Amino acid sequence: MKLNERSVAHYATCNSPADHAGFLRKQVERHHVHHHGTSYQRHWFVLKGNLLFYFEERESREPVGLVVLEGCTVELCEATEEFAFAIRFDDAGARAYVLVADGQAAMEAWVKALSRASFDYMRLVVRELEKQLEEACKSLAACHKAPWRSSSSSSSGRKRHLSNPALQPPQEKPTTLENGYSTWSSGGCVTGGATCTDHDMGQTKPPPLPPRRRLAASSATGSPAPDLSSAMLESPVSPETICFSKLHNWYGQEIAVLRREWQESQKKGHP
Amino acid sequence: MRYNERELLSLARQPAEKAAEIRMSVPKKGSVLKKRLVKLVVNFLFYFRTDEAEPIGALLLEHCKITKEEENVFSISFIEEPERKYCFQCATEEQCQEWVEALKRASYEFLRRSLIFYRNEIQKMTGKDPLEQYGISEEARFQLGAHRL
Repeated sequence: MKLNERSVAHYATCNSPADHAGFLRKQVERHHVHHHGTSYQRHWFVLKGNLLFYFEERESREPVGLVVLEGCTVELCEATEEFAFAIRFDDAGARAYVLVADGQAAMEAWVKALSRASFDYMRLVVRELEKQLEEACKSLAACHKAPWRSSSSSSSGRKRHLSNPALQPPQEKPTTLENGYSTWSSGGCVTGGATCTDHDMGQTKPPPLPPRRRLAASSATGSPAPDLSSAMLESPVSPETICFSKLHNWYGQEIAVLRREWQESQKKGHP
Repeated sequence: MRYNERELLSLARQPAEKAAEIRMSVPKKGSVLKKRLVKLVVNFLFYFRTDEAEPIGALLLEHCKITKEEENVFSISFIEEPERKYCFQCATEEQCQEWVEALKRASYEFLRRSLIFYRNEIQKMTGKDPLEQYGISEEARFQLGAHRL
């Protein structure tokens, strides 16, 4: 099977930071009938994402080898060597990679780093945070549905209240809640968040939302779950719960009507 | 470079994010578009002859650029060799867009950036680091470092 090796090697050696790196001794398998026992070869190992590269020397330009870390577990092993651990693959009959660290601390650090290296694990954590962010936005929106008080102190987003059109034209600044118009604020967490992120992180925009993934194992064919409209690409919240643009449009219609009524009443009042 | 081909082949048999029959060409002189079964699994894109169980090849989707080319067509190229393009001709423009979006988000690095973004947002909104409960807040891979790409 071909692999885009040049690009993979480039990824290994480019200056994107590694998740972990260090010297390890790797068990070399001897299958020759006259060779028994195990020997170890020392390599410089670099972990990037779900890929474990190893180099002849720390300064080597190209990796000697690569272990793709999907579908595997990392465990301590009772080899004759101290500080040994193994990467074992679920696939029956697959070989295990036995690695030996320089000391207890190094071994523990590697085992920790490697056991969290899989793409699946990362995806799990992202999904969980996605959910938590939705819940945080929801509860923020829920507490904004209460009548506006001057002491309210939400740091993110703006609150907009629709005032009685007969008294004054709709304005951006918050006024006393009247006539049962609910506040428009759930979009606040989205815009506020996005703005703060742009400022704080110094990037031009937050990364687009990863597609909503199915919770069960994916099927082999077919496109992913309901696609996101391009408007939602900037939003950290999925469209199924809070859709900023929909809310905005809905309240916008109401404002357009109120504005028209106010303009007409102005015309009548000032010939 | 040695790699664990057996495990990669096993990965190719896993449930895919996306799979479809798409006409594909590789960046080799004289290469023509050929119908392939293209399968996205984690950050790898496998491609098979349509009647074979084992993939012809795999593309690691890190540091790559997904470009929408002409109608129904997109390409994948890698950062160090931008002229060498893998081209994919889809059946419809819609399918093409879907694949472009999916592939742009397929890298581990993209996932990492998303995680850092969510972590940051939740921390701002709730004042709490959401990774603390899992005991992983200090892990290098989750840090928002200035040096991270």
